[in-house]
Amino acid sequence: MSKNRIDIRFAQLRERGETAFIPYITAGDPNLGRTEEIVYALEEAGADIIEFGVPFSDPIGDGTVNQEAAQRALAQGVNLRDIFALIARIRVKSQISILLFTYYNPVLVYGCEAFAKDAREAGADGVLCVDLPPEEADDYRAALDAHGLRTVFLLAPTSTDERIERIAKQSTGFVYYVSRLGVTGEQAALSADLQEAVARVKRHTDKPVAVGFGISTPDQARKVGAMTEGVVVGSAIVRMIADLGDSDETASKVGAFVKSLADAAKQKQGLTQA
Amino acid sequence: MTEFAPSSTTQKHPWPDARGRYGAFGGRFVPETLMYALDELERAYESAREDAAFQETLHTYRQDYVGRPTPLYFAARFTEALGGAKVYFKREDLAHTGAHKINNALGQCLLAKRMGKTRIIAETGAGQHGVATATASALLGLKCVVYMGAEDIERQKLNVFRMRLLGSEVVTVESGSKTLKDAINEALRDWVAHVEDTHYVLGTVHGPHPFPMICRDFQSVIGREARKQIFEKEGRLPDTLIACVGGGSNAVGLFYEFIGDESVRMIGVEAGGTAIKPGEHAARFDGGAYGMLHGAISYVLQDEYGQIGSTHSVSAGLDYASVGPEHAYFHDSGRVEYTHVSDDEALDGFQRCSELEGIIPALESAHAIAHAMKVVPAMNKDRIVIVNMSGRGDKDVQQAARFILPDEDWSGGAKA
Repeated sequence: MSKNRIDIRFAQLRERGETAFIPYITAGDPNLGRTEEIVYALEEAGADIIEFGVPFSDPIGDGTVNQEAAQRALAQGVNLRDIFALIARIRVKSQISILLFTYYNPVLVYGCEAFAKDAREAGADGVLCVDLPPEEADDYRAALDAHGLRTVFLLAPTSTDERIERIAKQSTGFVYYVSRLGVTGEQAALSADLQEAVARVKRHTDKPVAVGFGISTPDQARKVGAMTEGVVVGSAIVRMIADLGDSDETASKVGAFVKSLADAAKQKQGLTQA
Repeated sequence: MTEFAPSSTTQKHPWPDARGRYGAFGGRFVPETLMYALDELERAYESAREDAAFQETLHTYRQDYVGRPTPLYFAARFTEALGGAKVYFKREDLAHTGAHKINNALGQCLLAKRMGKTRIIAETGAGQHGVATATASALLGLKCVVYMGAEDIERQKLNVFRMRLLGSEVVTVESGSKTLKDAINEALRDWVAHVEDTHYVLGTVHGPHPFPMICRDFQSVIGREARKQIFEKEGRLPDTLIACVGGGSNAVGLFYEFIGDESVRMIGVEAGGTAIKPGEHAARFDGGAYGMLHGAISYVLQDEYGQIGSTHSVSAGLDYASVGPEHAYFHDSGRVEYTHVSDDEALDGFQRCSELEGIIPALESAHAIAHAMKVVPAMNKDRIVIVNMSGRGDKDVQQAARFILPDEDWSGGAKA
C-alpha cells in the first residue's frame, strides 16, 4: 500500500512550518465537469487537501449554502459512483489530497467495504463522515483502514476531555475541530475562546488539528492558521461557486479567492496576534 | 373485576441495549456537537426515572391536566356494523390537546425543566406534536420554538394558529420537501447551535438514542392503562391490537405493555398513500430498506444511493420516510405485523367511524380504523380487538372535505 497523500502533505507542511489550507466544495455543483476544473484551480491556488462534499438529501450538519449546493448536485442525479469516477479522472492530472466529506446513509447503503474499496481505487485519501461518531463506526473504520483510507472524526466545543482523547486516537490523518456551536456557514467573528479551545484539543493529541465551520475571510484564515495545522473554508467558497454558476470563469475566480485564503492561512511565521 | 396480570415485557424484550440498539436498529448517529447533549439527556432521564418525586409530578399532571386515564370505550355500533370481534377504542383523542402526543411532550418538558433548560424546540408534521409541546411549554413556563414544513403549514393552518396562541414561535421550513423530514432537519440544526440552553422535544419513537426509549416510556402509559382496563371490562387479554404507525409512538405506546403476552396479536398500519410506488406512499416496510435517517438505523424510503425519498399520505402525521427503530426490530422479529391502507381506505374509515360512533378520528387514527374494518368481520364474535384512537380529527376536517367532496369549495380562505 502506497503512503497516504494526507500524511505526506502534513509531514511536508510540518517541515516547512506551514499550515494546511483545506477548501470544501460540493462535488457536482454546478456540475461534475466544472468541479473538476475547480479542483485544479484550488490546487494551483495553494490548497493542500480538498474536502469533497458528497451531496445528501438531508444534510443536518450543514447551513443553507451547502444544503442548496447539494440540492443542485442531486437535481442532476450526481451519486457516489459519479464522484468516484470524477476522482479517478482527477488522478490522471493531479496528486492533491482528497478527503470525502459525507453523511453516513450514502455510505451505509453503498456498503462500508464496497465504499472503501471503490473510494481508494478511485484515488481518494480519506473520509470524514459528519453524522457518524466513533462509537458507531467500528465497521466503517475497519473497512477504511483496510483500504488505506484515513478516517477523520469531528471534535466540537461540547466534546469532553475524555471524548477528545478517545476521538483523537481514532482519527487518522488529522483531527477536525468544529470551531463553534452550529452548522456549516459563514460568520462575522470567530468564537472568542477559539485559541483556548484549540489548545485544549492539542493537549490531548500530537496529530495535526484542522479547524473549520464559520471561517470565511482571509483575516479569519490568518488568525486560525496561526493557532493550528489546518484551516478549512467551505461555505464562502461554495457560495461563490453558486453565484458564478456554470461559467468558464468560475474556476479561475474561485481560484483567485482561494489563493487569498490559502496565502493568509499559511502566514504562520512572524505573525503578531491581533 | 379481575386482577390484571403483571406484564412481562421487560423480561422478554430487554431493548434498547446500552448502545441504544434494538437488535440491528437504533443507535446514535449525530454530529459530534450533539453527543454531549444526548449523554446528558440519557443521564438526566435515568435519574428522573428513578426519582419518586419526578414520577409523582408526572402522575399528577397526567391525571389533573391531561385527563388520564383515557377511557377504553366499547364501540358497540362499529362492532355491530362489522359483525365480527368486539372492538374497543383506546380514547387518546380525549387526552388534552386531542392526541396521544401530550404524553411525550409533557414528560420531556418536565425533564427539560429538571435539566435546567430554558428553551424548547420541536418539529411537527400534522401539528399535533407541535401543539402538545407548545401546550406543555406554556404549562411549565418554557420558551418554545416549533419547526414546521411550509407544505404542512398550508395543510394544518388551524394548528399553526393554536401553537401561536399558546405562546410558541412557529418557524416555516422552506428547505427540501418542506414537510416533516425537513422540519426535523431544521430542528436538529437549531439544536446543534443552541445545545447548551435548549432541549429538543423529539415527537416520536425515532431519532438518536435515548429519544426512542424516552418517548416509548412516556407513551407506554397507553398500554398500561389499556391492559388494566380490558381486564376490568372483559377479565382477559385482548386478541388483537391495531394502531397506525408514522414514527410509531402511539403504536409502541399501546403495544409495549403487551409485548410479553404472546397470545396478543399486534398490527401496525402504515400509510399506503395512493400507490406503493416511490413518492406516493409512506409504507416503510413495503418500499423501504435498511438505512439511517435522523440519528437511527431503521427502515427508510430511499433510492439506491441512500438519498431519502419523498413520501405521500393524506395524513401529515404518517407522512415520513423512516419509522422508529423499535418497530424495525418488531418487524424483523415478527412480534408485530405491519400492513398499510390507502388514502381512500383511510378516508372511508374516517367517515364510517364518524357516522357510526360520533367520533371523528384523526386521519392518522383512521388508518387503524380502516384496517380494523378489513380484519374484524372475519373474526369470531367472542374475540376482542383494541384500536388505538390516537387523536381526534377536528384538525383534519378541512383536509378530508377536500378529498371526500372535491367538487365543492373548501378553501375557507386557505389555499386548496
